Amino acid sequence: MSDAPQREQRVLSGTHFMLGDHACAEGALAGGVDYFGGYPITPSTEIAERLARRLPAVGGKYVQMEDELGSIMSILGASAAGARSLTATSGPGFSLMMESIGLAAMMELPCVIVDVQRASPSTGLPTMVGQSDILQARWGSHGDYGMAAFSPASPQECFDLTVHALNVADQYRIPVFLMMDEVVAHMTERVVIPPADEVPLVHRKRPDHKPGAQRHLPYAVGEDGVPAMAHAGEGYKVHMTGLTHDERGYPALTPATHNALVNRLVDKVRHNAQHIMRYDEFELDDAETVVIAFGCTSRSARQAVRQARQRGAKCGLLRLVSVWPFPEQRIRELLQRGTVRRFVVPEVNLGQLRREVERLTQLPVQRINHAGGAMPTPADILEVLL
Amino acid sequence: MPAARSSGPVQIRFGGYGGQGIVLAGTLLGKAASLYDGKEAVFTQAYGPEARGGASRADVIIADEPIDYPYVTQPDVLVALFQEAYTLFGGQLKPGGTLIVEEDLVRLGEPAPPASLLPATRMAEELGNRIVTNVIVLGFLVGRTGVVSREAAEQALKTTVKPAALELNMRAFEAGFARALAAGAAPA
Repeated sequence: MSDAPQREQRVLSGTHFMLGDHACAEGALAGGVDYFGGYPITPSTEIAERLARRLPAVGGKYVQMEDELGSIMSILGASAAGARSLTATSGPGFSLMMESIGLAAMMELPCVIVDVQRASPSTGLPTMVGQSDILQARWGSHGDYGMAAFSPASPQECFDLTVHALNVADQYRIPVFLMMDEVVAHMTERVVIPPADEVPLVHRKRPDHKPGAQRHLPYAVGEDGVPAMAHAGEGYKVHMTGLTHDERGYPALTPATHNALVNRLVDKVRHNAQHIMRYDEFELDDAETVVIAFGCTSRSARQAVRQARQRGAKCGLLRLVSVWPFPEQRIRELLQRGTVRRFVVPEVNLGQLRREVERLTQLPVQRINHAGGAMPTPADILEVLL
Repeated sequence: MPAARSSGPVQIRFGGYGGQGIVLAGTLLGKAASLYDGKEAVFTQAYGPEARGGASRADVIIADEPIDYPYVTQPDVLVALFQEAYTLFGGQLKPGGTLIVEEDLVRLGEPAPPASLLPATRMAEELGNRIVTNVIVLGFLVGRTGVVSREAAEQALKTTVKPAALELNMRAFEAGFARALAAGAAPA
C-alpha cells in the first residue's frame, strides 16, 4: 500500500524459537495484512509491538488508535478500501468492539480480530489467562450473523491460524476471531514459517467487470451467497450501510429484505462450515470418555489423556481448532458409535463451551472449570478421567 | 547435528533479579534444544506484577517428545542467581536435582544441600563486562548437565546475539563451560 522501500522480508521463512504473540504478528505479515489499527492491551501488546516495527518496513500501515472503538472502525474502513486488515486486543477491548463487529457482518467487510483472552470480567487479572470470551465471540454483537473463531494451542498455530483466519475472512466476507489466550500468547516454542510462495492465500472475490462497464450491484450474489467486493475509490458505485439493504446497497427497510439478508449472512458460514471448521482427534477410536477442549486447556487435556490411557482408561480428546463453527456433526457421529459414555469439558471459564456440548447429548457432560488466572492442570483433568 | 543426552522431560528454572539476563539465558537454552538439537522445548517466564522487582523466573522444559503442559512444576535443574531466588525456589527442586548458585550472592544455609557454586558475576567482570553473567551461567549449565549439546548452545548464541557482542558472549560461554568441566568432580 505504500511506496516506501521494502527493506525487510514480509515472510520470515525459516525455523524460529518464537513467542506466541510474535508468531501471530508474523502470521499477519505472511497472511498479507496491509493494515493494523489497534490499541495495545495486555496480554496482546507484543502483537501490536511487533507489527508496529515490522508492518511499515514491508510497505503496510500501522496506526495506533485512540481506543478500541476507533481500532475496529479503522480496520473496517481499511477493509472497505481493499486492505487485508487486522486488530489485536484483550477482553476489555473486545467488549468495546462488539457493536462494530455487527457492522462488519452487515456490510460484509472482511476483518480479523485477535482476542488474547485474560481473566475476566472487567479488568480482571490483566496478565493472567482466561478463556471466558468464547461465547462473546459467537454472540457478542446484537443480531444473527455469520462469523468464525479459531483457538490456537501453540505458537505454531498462532502463526498458521492467523493466516487461515485472514483467508476465511476474505473468502466469506465475514469477521473472523482468533481467540488466543495468555498462556499460548506468552509461550515460546518452535515455529516453522514456510517459504513465501507456500503460504496459502485466499483473496476476496472481486467484480468480474470493469468500473462503469455495467451497472454494479455491490450485494448481488451467486450460488455461494458471497457478493464480489468492489473497493472504495476504484470507480465502482459502492454504497454500504448498517441498515437493512438490497443488492444495490441501499436501505430497503422491509421485513422480507431483512429476512433474506440476515439468513444469507448466517448461511454463508452455515453452508460452508465443513470448509471453515478445523479440529483434531487424539485417541478417540475406542474412547468411552471424550474430552473436548480448546486453546491452552487442550494441552493439559492431551497430557491427561496420555496418562489415563497408560492406566487403562479409554479416553480421547477432541481438540477444537475452530471453536466456531462448532463441530456438531463430528460429535453426533461420535455419539452414533454407541461407545461414548460421557464427555468432559475443561475450560478457563465457568462452563461456557460445556453448554454447547450439553445441547447435543443426553450423556453426562462433566465440567472442569477455573474462573481464570490459571488453567486446569493435567492432574486436575486426570482425576476426572480415572 | 550432534545429539544431546537423551532422557525424559527436563525442567529447568532460572531464578534471578532484573538485569541478570535470565530471560535471555532461558531463551537461548530453549532455542538450542528445539532448533539445533532436534528436541522439543518450551520457554515461559514470569509475567506481570510478579516480574516487577524481586525474584523473577525463566523456565524451560526440554524433551524428546512434544510437550503438553508448558509450565515447570518441579525443576530438575535450578539456577539461583541471588538469595531471594534461592529462598523462593530452592524448596521446589526435585530430590536429587541439580542446584547451581551464584556463589557470591547466595548463602545456602546449614546444612548446605549439594550444589554447584559458580562465581558468575565475578567471572563476567573478569571478562570485562558484567552483562555476560547469564551466558557464563548458560555455559556452566550446559557443561554441568549436558541437557543440550555445546554445539547447539553455540549455534543459538550465534543466531541470537548481535554480531558486535558475539565474541564476548562466546568467550563467556566457554568460560562457564570450562569451569563446569574443571569441576567435574563436583557434587552430583
